Amino acid sequence: MRHHLVLRVIAKMLIPFILLFGLYVQFHGDFGPGGGFQAGVIFAAAFILYALVFGDNQARKVIPDKALILLVPLGLILYAVTGFYGLVFGGNFLDYNVLLNSPKAGQHIGIFLVELGVGITVAAVMISIFRAYAGRTRAIDDEDW
Amino acid sequence: MTNWLHHIPILIVAVPLISAPICVLFTFGANRKAAWLWTLLVSWFAFLCSIYLLNYVLENGQISYHLGSWKPPLGIEYRIDVINAFVLLLVSGISAIAVPFGRLVVDREIEPDRQILFYTTYLLCLTGLLGVTITGDAFNIFVFLEISSLSSYVLIAMGVRSDRRALTAAYNYLILGTIGATFFVIGLGFLYMVTGTLNIMDLSDRVTHLADNKAVHAGYAFIIIGLALKMALFPMHVWLPNSYTYAPSLISIFLAATATKVSIYVLLRFLFTVFGVSFDFIPLTLIFIFLPLAIIAIFFGSIGAIFQTNIKRLFAYSSVAQIGYIAIGIALSNTIGLTAAILHIFNHALIKGALFMAAGCLVYRVGKLTTDSIRGLGKEMPWTFSALVLAGLSLIGIPTTVGFISKWYLILGIMENGWWPLIPLIVMGSLLAVVYMWKIIEAAYFFQAPQDRVPVKEVPLELLIPLWILIGCNFYFGIQADITIGISNEAATSLLDHSP
Repeated sequence: MRHHLVLRVIAKMLIPFILLFGLYVQFHGDFGPGGGFQAGVIFAAAFILYALVFGDNQARKVIPDKALILLVPLGLILYAVTGFYGLVFGGNFLDYNVLLNSPKAGQHIGIFLVELGVGITVAAVMISIFRAYAGRTRAIDDEDW
Repeated sequence: MTNWLHHIPILIVAVPLISAPICVLFTFGANRKAAWLWTLLVSWFAFLCSIYLLNYVLENGQISYHLGSWKPPLGIEYRIDVINAFVLLLVSGISAIAVPFGRLVVDREIEPDRQILFYTTYLLCLTGLLGVTITGDAFNIFVFLEISSLSSYVLIAMGVRSDRRALTAAYNYLILGTIGATFFVIGLGFLYMVTGTLNIMDLSDRVTHLADNKAVHAGYAFIIIGLALKMALFPMHVWLPNSYTYAPSLISIFLAATATKVSIYVLLRFLFTVFGVSFDFIPLTLIFIFLPLAIIAIFFGSIGAIFQTNIKRLFAYSSVAQIGYIAIGIALSNTIGLTAAILHIFNHALIKGALFMAAGCLVYRVGKLTTDSIRGLGKEMPWTFSALVLAGLSLIGIPTTVGFISKWYLILGIMENGWWPLIPLIVMGSLLAVVYMWKIIEAAYFFQAPQDRVPVKEVPLELLIPLWILIGCNFYFGIQADITIGISNEAATSLLDHSP
């Protein structure tokens, strides 16, 4: 899509804002609407837009496949480790009260970590799914249009 | 500082769950054997936990574990009584015996670069099945049901290397399984709308006063149909034969022995714990829907099995028939009938696990499994085929095997209700089992091997030992049946007692 100048410029302008909005939805999720899942999807949307406009090969340089394979399980591990942390320090599984000194702070950090884990995994999975389809050999080359 | 034994109810689910993403990380070391060993350790850990839980529950009664220390009914509760401890033991036990068997067959059947992800998905499937069984929260059941189903679609599709039809089989199962899960969750939605709770105990308390509520009826119907699809009750079994036939051997063993059984367990929970026989519509559905469908399932499955030439497919059709026996036990809805149903959940898992394991051994040596390709193999693979014959005897229900015990109890239950005409039907079903097992025995022992075939060797000990352990269980629990009958009886009594 090298010839679509408008698309390229607009995409470049939008991507930082999409990422920022994704982060907002992520970290504001415990006060307002949002959370890890939605944030992960929005965050992944920025990378998918980048891949659509600048090509799959370029996008693979930004996030290599190896990094995705690492990120997908990492989010889940973060979630589960938060759960086990509560278990080790005297509560039940996923008991956030014992994470920090006061239950209130514990609940806060607990939901924060768990949602962060969800966000990482969802974003990585979304990009992987997109890549699984986009990475196939093209039937029509870009030049042939 | 932490009393670990107190946390066993969550560890049995959370450890397989966290070990799945850890297993993905093995891709960076690229060691397939490590992934297998990891799966093996996790399976054995879950098995030990389930033994502890069953023992604890038998001695001290129910366990209730509160996730995140939130009290039920607000928080999610894991609630373990005799029946789900028994099903947990079944799921983790089959996994603990199937994974040691799996290394060689997986090496043969799955592409090397996919094996680590294969084991990861297997761990997720195990997590899902254990989670469905252990949780006391209805929505949690749905979530874990989806974890196990989604991973089993992927696992079945991995059979693509041996036969590309695995893809269509998995796709079929995906569509039907999703419909089943959707019906289940729609039904839950109706119940939640009326009662405002998702905790099973709380649900059962609140639904008592709502016997005439139309939303409860609708919710009940959706849940029962969704679960009947998941347990492959005739005529909702169409996904099952192809899935079991084209799945990799390890997955055929694991799913045939556990997946439908876990759905039957959930069905029992909803029929007897949440609703209970005092609701008019429960005996109605049991007698006018479950009983006829179960009888048709027995004959359709058995006759269907007779006409199969693919051996795994033959076993799959036989599974449809065996689900029929379990459904008859449920439809009886007396203590002995339910005991028979729960016994057969366990016993059929032992039988089908052994049969599919023998089929896995044959696939390892022969590849394509048809009644023609095994001609005359009885002499060349004596240990595999004698195991197959013994498991077949157990399926038919010869005394001293587990198959006999569950059919005996089924007939006792039928006599208690006085439904005499059913007894000849059960016996006929067993005779049909003789016919389709005979097809295999005839081909293996009485036909001459084709002249041009290269000699086939017996499978290595690594495959024979798990197979013969399962055969041993078939006979051990057939002779020392007091253990399983005692547990099933206690489970059946507690299910019927719960009925308000």
